[in-house]
Amino acid sequence: MAFLELENIRKSFGATAAVELFNLQAEQGEFVTFLGPSGCGKTTTLRMIAGFEQPTAGEIRVAGLNITHQPPNQRQIGMVFQSYALFPNMTVADNIGFGLKVAGKTLAEIKGRVEEMLRLVDLPTLGKRYPHQLSGGQQQRVALARALAIEPRLLLLDEPLSALDAKIRISLRNELRAIQRRLGITTIYVTHDQEEALSLSDRIVVMNAGQVEQIGPPFEIYNFPATPFVARFVGTLNVLQARVVDQTQGHLEINGQPIYTAKSLSNAKNGERLSVAVRPEMIGVIQADDGTAHNQLHGTVEDVMFLGAVVRVRLSLSENTLFFDTFNNPHLEMPRLGQSLTVRFPREAVLMFDADSLSRSL
Amino acid sequence: MKKQRFWPLMMILLGAFYFLIPLYATFEFSLRERRGEYSFDAYGNVLGDPQFRDSFVYSVLLALATIVVSLLLIVPTAFWVHLKLPRLRPVIEFITLLPFVVPPIVLVFGLIRIYSRPPFVLVSSPALLVAGYVVLSFPYMYRAVDTGLRAIDVRSLTEAAQSLGAGWLTILLHVIFPNLRVSLLNGAFLTFAIVLGEFTMATMLNWPTFGPYLALVGQNRAYEPAALAILSFGLTWICVGLIQLFSRGSPEQGQLAGTH
Repeated sequence: MAFLELENIRKSFGATAAVELFNLQAEQGEFVTFLGPSGCGKTTTLRMIAGFEQPTAGEIRVAGLNITHQPPNQRQIGMVFQSYALFPNMTVADNIGFGLKVAGKTLAEIKGRVEEMLRLVDLPTLGKRYPHQLSGGQQQRVALARALAIEPRLLLLDEPLSALDAKIRISLRNELRAIQRRLGITTIYVTHDQEEALSLSDRIVVMNAGQVEQIGPPFEIYNFPATPFVARFVGTLNVLQARVVDQTQGHLEINGQPIYTAKSLSNAKNGERLSVAVRPEMIGVIQADDGTAHNQLHGTVEDVMFLGAVVRVRLSLSENTLFFDTFNNPHLEMPRLGQSLTVRFPREAVLMFDADSLSRSL
Repeated sequence: MKKQRFWPLMMILLGAFYFLIPLYATFEFSLRERRGEYSFDAYGNVLGDPQFRDSFVYSVLLALATIVVSLLLIVPTAFWVHLKLPRLRPVIEFITLLPFVVPPIVLVFGLIRIYSRPPFVLVSSPALLVAGYVVLSFPYMYRAVDTGLRAIDVRSLTEAAQSLGAGWLTILLHVIFPNLRVSLLNGAFLTFAIVLGEFTMATMLNWPTFGPYLALVGQNRAYEPAALAILSFGLTWICVGLIQLFSRGSPEQGQLAGTH
């Protein structure tokens, strides 16, 4: 039995459905991220777990106990908000100790626990400060300490890093993951940032328009997207217009150049037009033709973007445009504008979706 | 440069005179009780009058009662509207503005009509006067609290407290009230000032408060009303000073609701 179970959760606001048939089983200590664009229902689902919203239908269980109708202040679920939500009238120490005070702990107990929490989030000397005297990153650490002080059964984080600048976001992200691992606390994290989701999670729930699109570990979500939406939303993607030449052999044609898919195209008819997708990092510049089973495409360099570690090149194949990445190397020559170039990618890298579903997910 | 400074300075001086000359004139007049020389005799008479002390203390007590009832009524209401019924906000705002539209004389006759016969016979109790004052305080109190609630993230703070195990009473007392300190003080001082000078309701319900006393003195004496005016001006000033003092170092920006 999983530690946190969401069974057939639905939530409607009036006539509009915010979340539809959400099912999730999270194990004790697991880090699960809800990923999706704004308005996809991820925050609503999180708020239902916290008890701030009531599901229209379905059941939420923690450790086998049905908590669907329990008031939020009895759930023992820690929550961290995007806006920090620290109590401005209290010092850092009072903020962290608030939940313990409400629970009727003794002053000595509270003091000890607050100090322990301050050390945990690496702010041992700031207990006497007020929230407005801290930076955003520090405030969010305090908010995390406050949520963890009550030893919650679950930790919920609602876009906790969105209000911070890039550098702090990444360092706090790593720290958050380290603390979560050390405490082994089951965590639900909500974000619209795919990089955050990929780097933090044990499993990702990709959501769109109230529906769960795919649930899986980051590796699986990225490499084997189940739906065009997942493929689009997680990572960058080249979408190419192709024509089916021979569906049994997975033979396609892109601007007159042949490419092959790893499997046969059972759903397509010969001569039909469809879209295929290839991740930029799966594509490499060809050196010499060694005759292995790779796809090749020939085009003209249209743009070269130097991004530091990576160089992203835009290749034009008349009707189609193709992005691909190469690693930066000071000893190699960069592609020049207007140069003609042949790139290659493995047959497995070709992701297949029918043209309809791909354009719908754009 | 000189020309640019001249006109703004003139405007400030003009404004200052507009306020200061009557004030000075009143003050100067209040010192003339003794013929041919300045003295504080009028102030002595006012402060020595037992009726002054009695009516003042009585009004202060009524004002404090009004503030407590008003706070207990308005804060939870405004909080709940902010949190759960934001669409009701214009309606509540309209209702709280009614005392500006309905004159106190109408209000007090309504109160007398309803509460002078069973099942509610309250006309002989000061509770009815306090209730009337609470209604009069609505526009000031609600505005102040509403502004304060807008300045803080009520929803997140409430939810954060809830997730830490706090119930509604704890949230109100330990999270919402302290963060509305300046707003509540604003509302409280404005209410205090209104109750202290209120005349109509106190007269109609026949209670010996400060307002009717002021009127009485104004009718019967020459120099004492001027002294009283200066005294109440000083009191108002102290109130404003106190608001400023308490709002210092507070996270919400201390703003004076400047209607009165």
